[in-house]
Amino acid sequence: MTKIFKSDDEAFNLEATAEGFTSRRKFLKFSSAAALTAFAFGALNPELLSARTAFLGLPIEPIQEGSVDLGKGDTGILNYAYALEQLEAAFYTQAVSTPYSGMNSAERAILTDIRDHEIAHREFFKVALGKKAIPGLQVNFTSINFGSRDSVLGTAKTFEDVGVSAYNGAGQLLKNVDFLLLAGKIVSVEARHAATIRDLLSPMSSAFAGDDATDPSTGLDMARTPAQVLPLVAPFIKTPVTANKLPKPKN
Amino acid sequence: MDYNKPLLESVEPDYINEMTARRDPIEKAKNMAGAAATTIISFGALAGTTFGQDKKLPGKIADVLNFALTLEYLEDEFYRTALGSSGLIPQDTQDVFGQISKHETAHVALLKSVLGSKAVAKPNFDFTAGGAFGDVFRNYQTFLAVSQAFEDTGVRAYKGQAGNLKDNAKILTVALQIHSVEARHAAEVRRLRGEKGWISGDSRGTLPAPTQPVYNGEGNTTQGGANLAGLAGLSNAAITESFDEPLSKEQVLAIASLFIKK
Repeated sequence: MTKIFKSDDEAFNLEATAEGFTSRRKFLKFSSAAALTAFAFGALNPELLSARTAFLGLPIEPIQEGSVDLGKGDTGILNYAYALEQLEAAFYTQAVSTPYSGMNSAERAILTDIRDHEIAHREFFKVALGKKAIPGLQVNFTSINFGSRDSVLGTAKTFEDVGVSAYNGAGQLLKNVDFLLLAGKIVSVEARHAATIRDLLSPMSSAFAGDDATDPSTGLDMARTPAQVLPLVAPFIKTPVTANKLPKPKN
Repeated sequence: MDYNKPLLESVEPDYINEMTARRDPIEKAKNMAGAAATTIISFGALAGTTFGQDKKLPGKIADVLNFALTLEYLEDEFYRTALGSSGLIPQDTQDVFGQISKHETAHVALLKSVLGSKAVAKPNFDFTAGGAFGDVFRNYQTFLAVSQAFEDTGVRAYKGQAGNLKDNAKILTVALQIHSVEARHAAEVRRLRGEKGWISGDSRGTLPAPTQPVYNGEGNTTQGGANLAGLAGLSNAAITESFDEPLSKEQVLAIASLFIKK
């Protein structure tokens, strides 16, 4: 076990090396244990879900699990980020596995890249949080038409813009300066995604950093508090999530 | 998600009304996005608060903001000059560069307003970097190359300073809000050049060799002390694309100084 993070009151441990984690995923993917694991935790990782349906013939509709609390302090903020990355990773995994009508090769390459980035973020947070990580969240994508370009890219735009604003707003809530840097390393990648998705929707225009996303008088992107972000993503997350103990903004 | 009271109580009443009135999640999200835009710290509010009075601005924060201001001066003059150079920017990307230019001008004004009398003066720039990019305002491809280098450098510069702004929540947040806009710019310009919007490894792609310092270190796969190589079966390209890396002030100034007249 390698200790990777330490803040004033919390320690974060690497429970598994990245390699070990990969092995575990492969194991889950290819063994019937995956089905049982998915069932037990109600995870909606599509790989696990498909394993579950393949091995046990169970319906896709996940079982309801208890509510999940994000926790307090830096742990809470990292779990907040982990929750958002879970949502994005599940969304792009579905978008790539069931391509919308007319998806061209350039779009497929972009969405596949973004899927991989969001999986990297998700798995990073899972490893970094170790035992303090929230469980896999069940998502609810019933409002998204995965066969429709407008629906998929429109949802992607929403998720990316919300993600950018969430990280921008969460920076000041982190105590540990190393976590602040990590959040910074991720948020600019989310912003690259946001610009790219926006450009797919409205090519060669000002939309990549449009006045609806970047205040034209200040040139500032949005920053949102967790209390502003969570209701935006709530319709897409089936697992009840509570965030009462998260740090509050100072202003 | 639980719409529990403590969460909602901290949200403006209008939001809650909108949230409960709308059923469609996408519409809800779009609607919220518009409402949330009004919560962005306004120019005036920023300048009018305690840290807007330059005498109270701690030296460490002023240093960071002046460093940022120097980069914004560079970008602002670069795009205004380019937009004013007849025949340089094709009609179909005028909107893109008009938008970027607008943001850089706003960033200069914002930083100057916070710094007040502590703001550094604008340097004299040489966007040809002593001749390395001699046709930067005559050749669109050269212009794009320098633009990409500036934007990717800007992202790394702000990222590297976030920790130094930690003691001031408002200024930190504003810096993060500029940081992500620079990343939007970078992705757009990269894509105009036929590159991916994100940085793979430490590759400068099709940029000329003098720009390599802009990308050195981007191939890092160690995050939070853990080497992520092989994470979830992902390629190293995907892992490195997923995390943008910071540059120190010294590294950034070494790049920027190529464009500043001595």
